Amino acid sequence: MQHEPAQERRGILVPQEDELEQPPYLYPDYVGTRLRAPKEPLIILPKTLSDITGPIYGHHRPGELDNDLTRQHEGEPQGQKIIVHGRVLDGDGRPVRNTLVEIWQANAAGRYRHKVDQHPAPIDPNFSGAGRTLTDDDGYYRFVTIKPGAYPWQNHYNAWRPAHIHFSLFGRAFRSRLVTQMYFPGDPLFFQDPIFQSVRDEKARRRMISSFDLEATIPEEALGFRFDIVLEGRDATPFERPHA
Amino acid sequence: MGRQREELRLTPSQTVGPYLSLGLLREDWTHLVPPDHPRAIRIEGTLYDGAGEPVTDGLVEIWQAAPSGRYDHPADDREELPLEEGFHGFGRSGTEDGGRFSFVTLKPGPVPGPDGATQAPHIMVAVFARGLLKQLITRIYFEDEPEANAEDPVLRSIGDERLRRTLIARREGESRYRFDIRLQGEGQTAFFKLSP
Repeated sequence: MQHEPAQERRGILVPQEDELEQPPYLYPDYVGTRLRAPKEPLIILPKTLSDITGPIYGHHRPGELDNDLTRQHEGEPQGQKIIVHGRVLDGDGRPVRNTLVEIWQANAAGRYRHKVDQHPAPIDPNFSGAGRTLTDDDGYYRFVTIKPGAYPWQNHYNAWRPAHIHFSLFGRAFRSRLVTQMYFPGDPLFFQDPIFQSVRDEKARRRMISSFDLEATIPEEALGFRFDIVLEGRDATPFERPHA
Repeated sequence: MGRQREELRLTPSQTVGPYLSLGLLREDWTHLVPPDHPRAIRIEGTLYDGAGEPVTDGLVEIWQAAPSGRYDHPADDREELPLEEGFHGFGRSGTEDGGRFSFVTLKPGPVPGPDGATQAPHIMVAVFARGLLKQLITRIYFEDEPEANAEDPVLRSIGDERLRRTLIARREGESRYRFDIRLQGEGQTAFFKLSP
């Protein structure tokens, strides 16, 4: 059903649905897609300077505590303190340096500090749930935070989102822009979550799950999780060209 | 080898969800230049869903060239074309206020296109929202560039006149443009798939 053959329609090439590794726009099990997925076929945009460039300089130098979500208030937040770290790479495995990583998440009770969130779990006055950082020369980033709780939502009867942290990345070009969610290993809620399941390829789904990382764990203090991210940017010749 | 390739497959996209403002709208990035800049233009619009309702939990990002047509990026090394002091070409607007978004920016110049063609002045747009599992890509062209638009290779590739028209921002007065985005249904905006 998702595998429509390539076809010409009114001069617009409808691409073969070969992207089982990326979610489709329309995924009816996720009710929110039904009125928001476009119905007209997408138009193929040739690769030009307009999309192999992008905002790489960073609008903003993150502040010193922006990557430590446990130290942004007077007291310490409730919950399990964790380290979330990893590398941002391009499709050829090269580090994406100096790129902005933005995250946001629910608190330990599964509540977002957002006026729209009506889940009757407590707000934590010591937790805002937002962080950002720049990758270093190895494409490496690191956050200190607390493990977010799972929370119910209205998608279907007894629907729960698995614990997750939202990640936003720029990479080197407009075309490498990625917003995703990082999940935790062994979460029992994956099977019933249409957002997670919208990525139909099982191996691709696994790439959104962090791995427990004993090396990054701080004894007596925080558990470590590793989450490496791969952005588009395989054909990056222009970036390698030495400037005369 | 096979294992290594598997490791370098792209990380899948997921929706920004309804609470994106927590992480992505901590600061106002809608002004690419100060509003009193002598060549400032204002682009505003509303993001609508398939029922015609404003989308109040969305995000619109733009990326564009300077008025000279040069991008502030090392892949654009045409150093004979000037960049603008303090202007980088990136903007971000939430849609919490009734689905409305707006930018104060400079009008971009024409930029190189495929096979030696020139592209009309345009702005790349990425739309994020709850219910969008990955960003939608569109472009803003300008109504007051009819000659350049008529020659633009991307606009020309769109056979459907109605769909093509959705990419043209309407001039609404001195230095003001309107560009509404309709995700689905009557008058749906043209969206792109980036070729690999």
